[in-house]
Amino acid sequence: MWGLMEIARVGFFSKLKEGLAKTRNGLVAKIENLFQGQSEITEELYEDLEAILVQADLGVDAALNLVETLRERVKAERIKEARRLTEILKEELKELIGEPGKLAKNPEGPTVVMVVGVNGTGKTTSTGKLAYHLVGEGNKVLLGAADTFRAAAIEQLEIWGERSRASVIKHQMGSDPAAVAYDAVQAGLSRGSDYILIDTAGRLHTQTNLMQELEKIGRVIGRAMPGAPHEILLVIDATTGQNALSQAKLFSKAVPITGIILTKLDGTAKGGIVAAVADTLKVPVKFIGLGEGPDDLKPFDTDSFVEALFERD
Amino acid sequence: MIFEGLSSRLQETFKRLKGRGKLTEKDVKAALREVKLALLEADVNYKVVRDFVKKVQERAVGAEVMESLTPGQHVVKIVRDELTELMGGKAVQLRFESSPPHILMLCGLQGSGKTTTAGKLAKHLQKQGRRPLLVACDIYRPAAIKQLQVVGEKVGIPVFTLGEEDPVVIAKAAKEHALENNNDVIILDTAGRLHIDTELMAELQAIKEAVKVEYTVLVVDAMTGQDAVTVAEEFDQALNIDGVILTKLDGDARGGAALSVRAVTGKPILFGGFGEKTEALEVFHPDRMASRILGMGDVLTLIEKAEANLDQQRAEEMGKRILTAEFTLEDFLEYMAQMRKMGPLDEILQMLPGANKIRGLKNIKVDEKQLKRIEAIIQSMTLEERRRPEIIDGSRRRRIAAGAGVKVQDVNKLLKQFNESKKLMKQLGLLEKKAKKSGFFSLFK
Repeated sequence: MWGLMEIARVGFFSKLKEGLAKTRNGLVAKIENLFQGQSEITEELYEDLEAILVQADLGVDAALNLVETLRERVKAERIKEARRLTEILKEELKELIGEPGKLAKNPEGPTVVMVVGVNGTGKTTSTGKLAYHLVGEGNKVLLGAADTFRAAAIEQLEIWGERSRASVIKHQMGSDPAAVAYDAVQAGLSRGSDYILIDTAGRLHTQTNLMQELEKIGRVIGRAMPGAPHEILLVIDATTGQNALSQAKLFSKAVPITGIILTKLDGTAKGGIVAAVADTLKVPVKFIGLGEGPDDLKPFDTDSFVEALFERD
Repeated sequence: MIFEGLSSRLQETFKRLKGRGKLTEKDVKAALREVKLALLEADVNYKVVRDFVKKVQERAVGAEVMESLTPGQHVVKIVRDELTELMGGKAVQLRFESSPPHILMLCGLQGSGKTTTAGKLAKHLQKQGRRPLLVACDIYRPAAIKQLQVVGEKVGIPVFTLGEEDPVVIAKAAKEHALENNNDVIILDTAGRLHIDTELMAELQAIKEAVKVEYTVLVVDAMTGQDAVTVAEEFDQALNIDGVILTKLDGDARGGAALSVRAVTGKPILFGGFGEKTEALEVFHPDRMASRILGMGDVLTLIEKAEANLDQQRAEEMGKRILTAEFTLEDFLEYMAQMRKMGPLDEILQMLPGANKIRGLKNIKVDEKQLKRIEAIIQSMTLEERRRPEIIDGSRRRRIAAGAGVKVQDVNKLLKQFNESKKLMKQLGLLEKKAKKSGFFSLFK
């Protein structure tokens, strides 16, 4: 495997200079334009595709692997038309990302959802939007303000509670987040909530003590309600590069991640790293964030996401 | 670490390059291939990498290889120099030139860390004898104003707010307020926004025009990927930024965004943010960032961190002792007290080049509660016991455990761990010596 990668790398970079001459002035056109008036599959085309994948933040390894698979398929299936390359690449990408996932639903009693991630990815906003979305579907939703660390995070969630007509369980700033989570689950159980959404503090995945704290929150939730949390969503900022992989690995070491929310896709970032993340964790992407409005959380759709990866402006 | 650093990779390449004399195109290409991968994996923008490597190639081919260096090492030296140069060479200091109050505006995408940075920056300026005023101009995000107020309270800096007024009005009023209250620097904390949101970008332009903003600073998350280029370009075009602050550098992101941003805007990176503590803002050093992006460890930052918190002599002594077997439990106790100021041990160790090669190092994890327990145990020992832990027998262990309020097993565990880390430190010391001997280490100082 490694040997193959090395060979692929050599191929990739020895031709980098010539291969990318055409992208010098920015990739202006859609990828399809690459193939117009060109029916033969050339080395240059493979390199252009690699460049596009890397620039969508897929990561060097994933990009090289995908293009390697592409080469193999072209050979095995005796594909001659350049036009078909993107189709195949898109197929492979969809395979890598997998089917989108739906939010878990506990048939007996409330569904407990924990929202986790590094600082500034949009956990509180996503939690608020998720509450709005679920209330809109006729559910009774309770929010747990377990980010007791960041200044005014509790107030921020309370405002989302008002917006979405969900009640909020909170303690003082600086108090034990596990205790807040416990109380929220207890309250949700006694009030007959359909969903209990627990917002947690942003933490860098490299901070061991904070990751242990997260583990504890998960454990305490399980103590308050056996089988909970039913869903642990990792929030990933689409602007993030390769570091998202490290985030995914270390977060899933602390708590079993069941799904991904990809935020800030309304910008110009492609969020390609989510392909590598979904593939590594073997969990589906469930939602995407497209802005700060209450309606701006949408179910993830693999097809349109992959199409967008190849779009250039 | 997901990706191995460049240094370990290049060691492989170095093995193949044994020639002397002038650098051939083949040597250069072989080394640069690894450099390209390292840069891309560090999230440096694709086009920036391409241009950069081309430039290095031109400079490197035909260059005379320095004595004591292999061709591969020489290429890396050139790469590192060029990278440092590209990021601005030397550290840049904030310089205010107009008459006070000087206005500094922070802007950036959502979640890049503007509000936290505002607090740190205010604290930094206060330490330099300034009288900063924080101003809450984020009227959109729920509870953003409150967040700045809490941050301000924490660092002991006044915060000016006007509720959800137009940010231009707030900025103007803040200037008046600063004049009346003798604040010489104003830090405007603005709402996070997308670079393609023309309406919100126009708001920043309006603020800039209404009050004379001296420094427009873009706050960029160090974890940003390929899009850093677009973001920086758009912000710079709309606002003509004066500098950049790179945040969340305390994580394990290699921070290639620094290079991307610098390459497309040409504006200096002023500070790096290294954590949530209010002192965690550091002057940006291009040479160190170059090493970090290339994955070569960050020895200089480590040294400086230690120096800032310990006095010089003690730092040197401790540094020497850590790397030899002379390290005692007493040193350990002192070290732990200092460590709180420096940051966690695992992070510090990661800054040492070669540290990733030592088995077991990744498993060193320290948590605060345990630290306190360890402190209690060591404090329950006599001075003699701290210096010569081997004399601690069963009855001494029981006494120490009782004194510290822990179980005997905890004492055993600590002693065992101490011995293990001592071994590890010794290994590190040897590694450093070896590296020095080969001349490789000194290259990157």
